Amino acid sequence: MSGLRILVPVKRVIDYAIKPRVNKAGTAVETNGVKHSMNPFDELSIEQAVRLREAKVPVEDILVFSAGPTKSQETIRTAMAMGADRGIHVVEEKIELEPLGVAKLLKQVVEKENRNLVILGKQSIDDDAGQTGQMLAGLLGWPQATQASKVTIEGEQCTVTREVDGGVETLKAKLPMIITTDLRLNEPRYASLPNIMKAKKKPLEKKTLADYDVDVSKRMKTVKVIEPPPRQGGGKVDDVDGMISKLKELGAI
Amino acid sequence: MTSTNLRYEVIRIYKQLLHLGRDYPLGYAYFRPRLHKAFSAKADLTDENEIRRGIEQAEFVKKEIEALYYLKRYRALRQRYDKTT
Repeated sequence: MSGLRILVPVKRVIDYAIKPRVNKAGTAVETNGVKHSMNPFDELSIEQAVRLREAKVPVEDILVFSAGPTKSQETIRTAMAMGADRGIHVVEEKIELEPLGVAKLLKQVVEKENRNLVILGKQSIDDDAGQTGQMLAGLLGWPQATQASKVTIEGEQCTVTREVDGGVETLKAKLPMIITTDLRLNEPRYASLPNIMKAKKKPLEKKTLADYDVDVSKRMKTVKVIEPPPRQGGGKVDDVDGMISKLKELGAI
Repeated sequence: MTSTNLRYEVIRIYKQLLHLGRDYPLGYAYFRPRLHKAFSAKADLTDENEIRRGIEQAEFVKKEIEALYYLKRYRALRQRYDKTT
């Protein structure tokens, strides 16, 4: 039996701890000069790939993929510091890729690099689309297990547990397949300084969209982005009468 | 001979902690002087075993900080994406 050839796509997003601000034009979230890091759900997928290897599942190699501005390289390096073997970076500075475009791109990567398992984050914390994994499964015609909370692989057989309303659901499928990760799948390790240094020596291929035959033109138009309304502060009442009149005002009594 | 090796070990863990400190919730400016103080407080140790104990303690702190980061992120994400459960 040949080993697992895993593809883990990652996305560089605004760090989860940063409060996003809408830009002046009201068309997007301000990304200039804001701290970025790897999408937390993608960290889960890399961790899962690395854990499969550590659990003595025959893993041939773990390939990290990212498409986006030059700085996405840092994200790929972080993934390699966590244990991925090599990376592909599709440099694209201008176009903000949409889930369908990314899925089409990934399909070609899967075919060119002869992958048999793709582990994706279930969604990115910036667009929250949560579509790429499903679209990729559809394009490839592969089985998919979304929002996995446990993954075991024995030979060709994948067993994936997912958390659903009121319990858990267990799916079984044969390779090749698509898995998207949920929050409780594992605890991603920290990319330590020595490992980041080592990751600098790992191979990273630079490509452009022209290397792939895909149509990534925009299908959606962002009409307007607005911040949620600020929270209305509470008020203090002086005495019981004041409280009762306030409650009457609100129609509570 | 061993003392120079230990010296490198101490510097290595110090650098690793400094790197970790970049993401510290209260800021690097809070973290760095405190880390420096903790190390300089033990700068006069000469006994090999004591230095080793110091390094162990530093390794422990490193693990604690990594766990802190993980939990902080997990809680934030859980609050944002997992409220129903």
